[in-house]
Amino acid sequence: MTMTKRATAAMTIPNTIPITEELIAAHGLKPEEYQRILDLIGREPSFTELGIFSAMWNEHCSYKSSKKWLRTLPTTGPRVIQGPGENAGVVDIGDGECVVFKMESHNHPSYIEPYQGAATGMGGILRDVFTMGARPIAAMNALRFGDPDHPKTRHLVSGVVSGIGGYANCFGVPTVGGEVEFDTRYNGNCLVNAFAAGIARTDAIFLSEAKGVGLPVVYLGAKTGRDGVGGATMASAEFDESIEEKRPTVQVGDPFTEKCLLEACLELMQTGAVIAIQDMGAAGLTCSAVEMGAKGDLGIELDLDMVPVREENMSAYEMMLSESQERMLMVLKPEKEAEAKAIFVKWGLDFAIVGKTTDDLRFRILHQGDEVANLPIKDLGDEAPEYDREWRELGGLSPLDIADVEEPEDYGQALLDLLGSPNNASKRWVWEQYDTLIQGSTLQIPGGDAGVVRVEGHDTKALAFSSDVTPRYVEANPYEGGKQAVAECWRNLTATGAEPLASTDNLNFGNPERPEIMGQLVMAIQGIGEACTALDFPIVSGNVSLYNETNGEAILPTPTIGGVGLIDDWNQMARIGGAGAGDCVILIGGDGTHLGQSAWMRDCLGRCEGAPPSVDLMEERRNGDFVRSAIRNGQVTSCHDISSGGLGATLAEMVMASDLGMKIDLSSSQGPAHALLFGEDQARYVITVPADLGSYIMASAEGAGVPFRHLGTVSGSALQIEGVLCVAVSALRAAHESWFPAYMDTPTTLAAE
Amino acid sequence: MKAAVILLPGLNRDRDMIAALTKISGQAPQTIWQTETSIDDDIDLIVIPGGFSYGDYLRCGAIAARMPVMRAVREKAEKGTRVIGVCNGFQILLETGLLPGALMRNASLKFVCREVNLEVANSGTAFTQGYSQGQIIRCPVAHHDGNYFTDPDTLASLEANRQVAFRYTPDTNPNGSLNNIAGIVNTAGNVLGMMPHPENLIEAAHGGSDGRALFESALGLVDA
Repeated sequence: MTMTKRATAAMTIPNTIPITEELIAAHGLKPEEYQRILDLIGREPSFTELGIFSAMWNEHCSYKSSKKWLRTLPTTGPRVIQGPGENAGVVDIGDGECVVFKMESHNHPSYIEPYQGAATGMGGILRDVFTMGARPIAAMNALRFGDPDHPKTRHLVSGVVSGIGGYANCFGVPTVGGEVEFDTRYNGNCLVNAFAAGIARTDAIFLSEAKGVGLPVVYLGAKTGRDGVGGATMASAEFDESIEEKRPTVQVGDPFTEKCLLEACLELMQTGAVIAIQDMGAAGLTCSAVEMGAKGDLGIELDLDMVPVREENMSAYEMMLSESQERMLMVLKPEKEAEAKAIFVKWGLDFAIVGKTTDDLRFRILHQGDEVANLPIKDLGDEAPEYDREWRELGGLSPLDIADVEEPEDYGQALLDLLGSPNNASKRWVWEQYDTLIQGSTLQIPGGDAGVVRVEGHDTKALAFSSDVTPRYVEANPYEGGKQAVAECWRNLTATGAEPLASTDNLNFGNPERPEIMGQLVMAIQGIGEACTALDFPIVSGNVSLYNETNGEAILPTPTIGGVGLIDDWNQMARIGGAGAGDCVILIGGDGTHLGQSAWMRDCLGRCEGAPPSVDLMEERRNGDFVRSAIRNGQVTSCHDISSGGLGATLAEMVMASDLGMKIDLSSSQGPAHALLFGEDQARYVITVPADLGSYIMASAEGAGVPFRHLGTVSGSALQIEGVLCVAVSALRAAHESWFPAYMDTPTTLAAE
Repeated sequence: MKAAVILLPGLNRDRDMIAALTKISGQAPQTIWQTETSIDDDIDLIVIPGGFSYGDYLRCGAIAARMPVMRAVREKAEKGTRVIGVCNGFQILLETGLLPGALMRNASLKFVCREVNLEVANSGTAFTQGYSQGQIIRCPVAHHDGNYFTDPDTLASLEANRQVAFRYTPDTNPNGSLNNIAGIVNTAGNVLGMMPHPENLIEAAHGGSDGRALFESALGLVDA
């Protein structure tokens, strides 16, 4: 039975139908999971109850395959106010304020219906942030698509990008960072990971835990429709040919209503009326009500006849599982009801008392006079299945011998080819469709190491944001790749001069029931945990997206890390393009030696070989701390980390951003030029400093035990590497900027569909 | 001079505009909600900020133009009060008929956010006297429907009456606007509509302050 048929059939299915094996399977429940339900409630569930269990116990909501390993992640720190388990993580930024942030995937909906899938992904993460009382101030998105030549890729890129823009631009949050990558492994399953951050007062954080018996449970926001019924269950299943039939499970976004909901919620929170609040995201009314009750050790009784609906004859099943967007559930102080209602009426939003808190720990649902569900509320969450799945140790590839890689005949052309390849080309085509400037606080837009926004009400304080992962590294060695994702995020924040505060993880993997996929997940989490501990960069929120497979082929393992950093004084912030003529160019970190899994080998030679670069976390920290302190001392005119594409790509990106050339001499470096230029060894940066500070900085580096190399001088209008290459900045830019618009302008036929 | 900012559900650059006016004039502007039917006599400058009023779910600005507060804006405008509409505000002024023409979807069919260059096409207006004639200024744009269009007669009269206040430089026209039009004034010269966002370029943190003189002009802070 397909999802579509089930959703339609639900209109006529009475609540008391016999629960068949087929029905159980269609709800994504395994026979043993159904047995667990029977054991818990001592009887056969009603149709609505089956739907509720299926929503609460799917992978998306219950983390049943990943929970065991997620518990090993470091989630605390001196600045952490709220770790995982709430709508978003909360981290202290001083002066009585905190940053509230999270990253979440909307992969499956975006593949089925790219515009609405991506838009509602953005809407969901924004809601997570303002549910906690924070006004969103920045957004990012990490996107991964299939091969550019795959017939569906253009359509997905176009739809996802306009969907994110359509929602975030209208809502009014600046998009300041993100990633866009292509790989054939995402052909049947694109990734859309959306990040949002907001600012709140530390003494005004709102949580989902209900308190007090007999208090009104209030429904706020948009009306409930049939959209998204079963969405969370769909997101926890693999794709096959029936995917087109799943379109009705994708929700439809309304950013205008969300903007009104934001303003109404923040206004209402100021009145002191709100006891508990939970947004309706995955599994809608079910998940939000259970969450509020279970956390507060209370029962919840809902009367569905009071729920504002926009379609006729909706069944209890549909109402409980609808994922209609822009809705909130709150427990309010009864004496503030009139005041609260007035605020929602002013913003043109629905306000309805739909139930009450009880002391019996039951989740009771009433519909048209019948009790359609009566379940133990704590068990819905606490007793969800948890699996210790079999996993296999992976990795073990030896490093590629650079002698096995032929040097290019023409290094200038090699660099141009690299900069003009899909994964290394400028993503301007994408981010110019996002409003990067709204709110008037953006200090750094996409295109640099991290997005930066200033904190309203402070003269010098700013926050930096970056989202990172290198899936090809994770595939080759999940443990090192997990470490590297964290290290690169930390490094990107550092490159602006920010102190990395904390991070959020969005773990995208294939089917965890396969030991090799489970091995990727387990080892990546181990790597992430180790790096977060070593770099004091705790994980405060996150999301796991499994079953990213189509017809049995999994995506590249993609544990995206979103990080937040604090800048005390943005006047001393570093940018990628701040160099001035005559500045001294310095490499911080060692020479390039590691070509295995490099972008140059993959994108220019078509070779994905060997182990990924390993990450020495002590070195990462030492080099990063040195760079940050030089930036904060006002000694650095520009800075860029070295990541995909190696030193060559880093220097090219710096000269394009500053529009000034560089004269570089690598003759004192050891090793062949291709490794020096394209090697992706970690813990490295390029900085430029005023000429008269060059010797001082290098002496300081030496004193701090930080490897460095004097590379050359900012000068002229070409990137000139003595004896290796000389390419005009304008030629680099032409190569870098042209691929994306040219690709998207090519007429496309969806012949394959 | 005293300024007021119109607030409609869905506008989202209201906070940017309020911050800019506050920083430039030294006092916070009054805010006026959609349902108000009159605007105080002592208000000398009314600003309609950018965003997506009512979601722009009909033609951009069409619903806003029919709200009670816009009748009050029209009355004030007809009495000579200065009015600025930026982005969605410009679209709303066109829908209310205070300015001629229409804003179509960008020629690229895509939302565009980037910095463009504007030529001050007429430095003689109440809003541009802080600039010099022909001066090229930087200014960000962020819109989906900014492609200015009108019939040939209206276009000719706009040009003949020197009602074009700002033009995109030909190499930075982001949306396909006729005659590179970025902003126009009415025949009386007291109503300005423009797509770019001068309120997002008024201080060092924005990377420049080219937008500042517009507000200084409108607020009577420059010598005419």
